[in-house]
Amino acid sequence: MLAYLIRRLFAAAVMLVVIIMVVFGIFFLVPRWAGVDIATSFVGKQADPAAVEAVRQKLGLSDPIYAQVWEFFKGIFVGRTYAAGGDVTNCAAPCFGYSFRSEQAIWPVLTDRFPVTLGLALGAAVLWLIFGVAAGVLSALKRGSIWDRGAMLVALAGVSLPIYFTGLLSLAIFAFGLNWIDASYVPLEDSFSGWLGGMILPWITLAFLYAAMYARITRATMMEILGEDYIRTARAKGLKEQTVIGKHAMRSTMTPILTMLGMDLGALIGGAILTETTFNLPGLGQAVLQAIRNQDLPVILGVTLITSLAVLFANLVVDILYAVIDPRVRLA
Amino acid sequence: MTAPLHEPTAEAAPSAAEEAAVAGTGAKAVQGRSLGRIAWERLKRDKLALAGGLVVLVLVVIALLAPVITNLLGQDPNEYHEDLIDPLFGTPTGSFGGISGDHLLGVEPVNGRDILARILYGARISLLVGFLSAVVAVILGTVLGILAGFFGGWVDSLISRVMDGLLAFPQLLFIIALVSVMPNEMLGLTGSSVRVFVMILVIGFFGWPYIGRVVRGQTLSLREREYVEAARSLGAGRLYILFKELLPNLVAPIVVYSTMMIPTNILTEAALSFLGVGVKPPTSSWGQMLSSAIDYYESDPMYMVVPGVAIFITVLAFNLFGDGVRDALDPKGSR
Repeated sequence: MLAYLIRRLFAAAVMLVVIIMVVFGIFFLVPRWAGVDIATSFVGKQADPAAVEAVRQKLGLSDPIYAQVWEFFKGIFVGRTYAAGGDVTNCAAPCFGYSFRSEQAIWPVLTDRFPVTLGLALGAAVLWLIFGVAAGVLSALKRGSIWDRGAMLVALAGVSLPIYFTGLLSLAIFAFGLNWIDASYVPLEDSFSGWLGGMILPWITLAFLYAAMYARITRATMMEILGEDYIRTARAKGLKEQTVIGKHAMRSTMTPILTMLGMDLGALIGGAILTETTFNLPGLGQAVLQAIRNQDLPVILGVTLITSLAVLFANLVVDILYAVIDPRVRLA
Repeated sequence: MTAPLHEPTAEAAPSAAEEAAVAGTGAKAVQGRSLGRIAWERLKRDKLALAGGLVVLVLVVIALLAPVITNLLGQDPNEYHEDLIDPLFGTPTGSFGGISGDHLLGVEPVNGRDILARILYGARISLLVGFLSAVVAVILGTVLGILAGFFGGWVDSLISRVMDGLLAFPQLLFIIALVSVMPNEMLGLTGSSVRVFVMILVIGFFGWPYIGRVVRGQTLSLREREYVEAARSLGAGRLYILFKELLPNLVAPIVVYSTMMIPTNILTEAALSFLGVGVKPPTSSWGQMLSSAIDYYESDPMYMVVPGVAIFITVLAFNLFGDGVRDALDPKGSR
């Protein structure tokens, strides 16, 4: 188990380095090849040449790329000072960059918005795991029945519906038409019931899409596993059907589900961009989208990095859980 | 795309004598027919898949003929009809978003552009990006997957790690970021054409590992088969084995995964346009229409329903067809 852990940690570390290089590549090399001056995207196209030059100096954009990467990472641990002539901007210790557009450091923006996205992703995940897996298992056990056909048709519709459309529909129907809930976001610290009211539609909308996906995968996996020899053995030795399904089959079914969960949760925590845009939730996804629209590169860079870290971390957790559920994995 | 399917997979089939002996008797007889025939006969029985395929066909025709159809209807996707807009609220006059004999699906709020015409033109963007990005993904995935599986060793390790890495990436975010740092003019293209071109490349690039993984796995198991060994012992070169022996047997999984990839890509394109990094106005796209509809979901819900349903029908049709193709080409399938 320890050797396995070390291998996974090592792989995660390598992945992290690659992601960092890719992120920097996208934001510093691609514009250079494409002939776009990055400095202008930090201050805006209308900025005068002096302002552009000041930003270039402040951010060290004329330095070679490895020096820029090094400065960025030093900033995360010891903070960073941007200086050009007499103009000095400080960015305190966990410095993930500084937005000259909005005149603020990136880190507080991230910590501000992270809880919103985390709440959205975790709440939805609980819902879609319960309903998706249950529907998938039931469908597999009652293969060909009315229930199976119905559930799979709904699931197929679910994966074919874009989330921003179901989101808008649910808003139009439940928040506006029937006036059941007030769908505006309220921070958890202010009011629990308000928060719940604001989150319930995003949760259901997001969970519907993923539950559909999970139901389809669970059904397919379960049916394959029910055909395995060890299930026949378990039945042959007289185990109750409940035990065969609940203990033997479910365990194997959960492994691919868990892998998917890790990836999906990681991606969502890094910003459920579409859901947050549809429901106007002030999460990471909305922050990065605004940043992209404003061409606010430091924010995009910071959020992209955090997102990648979230995905990486989620995958690591899944890998470990994987080894707990399925002992064969540790040897592979 | 389907043409290679109809080639008989002679390498994998038993000898002609055996074939004749078992013809017409249960499962073994199925092996005597070509893969394409079996698949087609299974597909013919799958009514839902056929319906999906038919809708896809209709959509392709509609997209190709969009200018002709809008001309026949006497509408232009970019023509303003401000006389149909309530000046007080900015929403269309009349019920259901201004549906009338002239404007079958109503008009947009504020400027009154014909929604049907914009939907028809939007279909072109959706299908173009959906298809071509799948082509990019299939080409990259097939070539790299087959190389990884066939050569093994460090080639395999390298390609596999890259695939793992890409699959673990927060894709939508990277696609948005990449599309947004691209310049507005490149390779002689401007405006929306650049965006379409970039979207095709980027969506295709992030899609190839899904196909690459499957192709690699298949190649790994196929390269140890007797017929490959036979070809090798007859003095066949690597390239011959790769393209003449292995590739025809990879057609089934490749076809399955590419049909399943198109709806995903269509959704990604719609999402990008929804987020404002897709095609640029005035070029119309379904995602973009939904994005503008956010502001009107209370006052003019029809505006959001039309593009939403368009996306839904398209993606559902592709999914139904894709599921059918998968079941039809599944060697373990019983039907």
